[in-house]
This record gives sequence, structure tokens and C-alpha cells, in this order.
Amino acid sequence: MPDEAVEWPISGKVIVFMEITVRSLWTLIHGFGFGALYLLACSGGILELYRSTASPAPTPSTPRHEIFLRVYLITMVVLAWGAVLSGAYIVYPWYRAVPPPGAVNSLMYPQHLLMSNPSTIGWHSLGMEWKEHVSWLAPISITMAAYVFIRYGRDLRNHRQLRAAVLSFALVSFVAAGVAGFFGAMINKNAPVQGGHTIQLSQNMEALGK
Amino acid sequence: MNASVETAPVNTASPTSLTNGPAAAAVLAAGIGSFALGVLAVAGDKSALLKGWFTFYKPTGPLSGVTTSAVVIWLICWGALEWRWRKSSVSAGRISAIALVLLALGLMLTFPPIADVL
Repeated sequence: MPDEAVEWPISGKVIVFMEITVRSLWTLIHGFGFGALYLLACSGGILELYRSTASPAPTPSTPRHEIFLRVYLITMVVLAWGAVLSGAYIVYPWYRAVPPPGAVNSLMYPQHLLMSNPSTIGWHSLGMEWKEHVSWLAPISITMAAYVFIRYGRDLRNHRQLRAAVLSFALVSFVAAGVAGFFGAMINKNAPVQGGHTIQLSQNMEALGK
Repeated sequence: MNASVETAPVNTASPTSLTNGPAAAAVLAAGIGSFALGVLAVAGDKSALLKGWFTFYKPTGPLSGVTTSAVVIWLICWGALEWRWRKSSVSAGRISAIALVLLALGLMLTFPPIADVL
């Protein structure tokens, strides 16, 4: 949906504006490009890890399937690291920026905005404080799980206790990413990261046929 | 890790399977890294001195140092354990239990209400 539609009074055309700021775009890349995609990949990845190494009735595996699973896990690792690094080093500095003395527009300072209202303070003091640390468990855990699977493959079936530990770490990775994703979405709903250059996504002119 | 862990009974792997040392090293190192993250997060939050030390990158604040230090600890432990256990079999049950306890502690320590009472 366009952000804004304005009817041009003279020519009878509609000008559709759709734009996004650089900061919003990076927040999208962090949250949806890396975070949400990682969460989606997690459900399939954990199921496949279980099916390949722990299921009592494993399906026959082909070399192609093994390669696919390895690429899938490596992709998950990249997504997890992409999410935490883009969050910590690109989006978070904008979030925690301190307003200069006398600043009147606190919308540009999300942490300050959340902390200034008793009804939203918890989104920072609990949500962001938890999210900023717990999210790092996701890449650490999934990197380990991917390494062990790539090195051992289906031989992991022969290491019952380690296999259980790897699956547990993968599950915690999913939970950690879920916590980070939930609080990220809610924080951005209450105090979105804004500002920076504006990027025009679309500026269509549609004839109304008047 | 101590020597008793290395000399403990070998896992139930089939004769043709790989030794479990490298997997155990990866699992234990991930547990240590997770625990380190929790401990450093609490430390960085409680101590003004550590907060300053952990500010590796000013725009990100202490989070940069806390997470970078935890990742470095994780990787160093992984490398050291991998080097030590690369060709050996270790007590997988014990290693896995220790790693999962460390992971659980790390997870708890990142939760602000728990960190606040410490």
C-alpha cells in the first residue's frame, strides 16, 4: 500500500508516493532480511537435523541431499551472524543515540522515547536489554551445530549424547532468535528507528481517466 | 578440561564411526561461549569500570565489548579443545551435560530480571 496518495487537481492524475529512510531500510534488512529469514530457516533446519541424525526411521539420504543440508546450515549461520552484526553495529547505534540538550524531536531517539513514558519503559529495560544479549546465543549455537553436522554428517547417529546436545543448542538458537525477533518487532512498533536519507521506492502517476 | 574427562569410558559409537573429540570440543566451547556472554553481560551492566572497558565501539557502547569478548573466548576455547581432542574420544555424556548447564546459565544471565538480583 502506498504511504500517501494525492489527487492532482488539475490533470486528474494520482501521484503515489512510497519512500523509506535509510535507517528504516537497514532495520528491515536486520529484522526481516536476516532475523525473520533465520527464524523461518530454523524450523526447517532443526527438523531436518533431527530427521537426519535422531529419527528412529531415517529416510534414505543421497549425496545431493547431504550437500543441500550443508548449504542450508551454512546459510543459517550466515543469516544468524548477519542479524546480530547488523543489529549491533548498524541499527543499535541509531536506537541508543542520546538526544542533544534542548532537542525537541524525541522521535529520532527511540531509546529515549521509550524511557520517557512509563507505559513503554519496559520495552527497553526488559525487551532491548534482553534482546541485545540473548540474540548472540543464536549464531554461536547454530555455528556449532552446523560445524558438527558438516563434520560428522549421518555418523552423528552414533554419538547419541552429543547429538542430543547439538539439537538442544539448535533449539536454544531458535528460542533466542524468537525472543530477539519478538522484542525487536515490538520495540520498532513503539519507537521505530527513523531518519537518514530518504529513498524513493515508487512515484507512479496513474491516470484516472477523468 | 581435566584428564579424567579424556580417560573416561568412550561413547557407544560403532567401530567405524569418527572419534567424538571434535564434536565434544565444539559443543563444550559453545557452552563456555554462551556462559561467558551471560557473565560478561552482567559484569558490563553492574560495573561502571567494565562498562568503559567494554566500549570497543562507541556508537554501540558496552555491547560491542561484551559480545566481542564472548565470541573471542568461545573461539579460543574451541580452538584449544579441538587441538587437544582432535583424535581422541571423550566422555560425551559428561561433556554434553556440562555444556548444556553452561548454556542454561548463559541464557538465564542474559535475562534482565535475573541479572538485576545478582
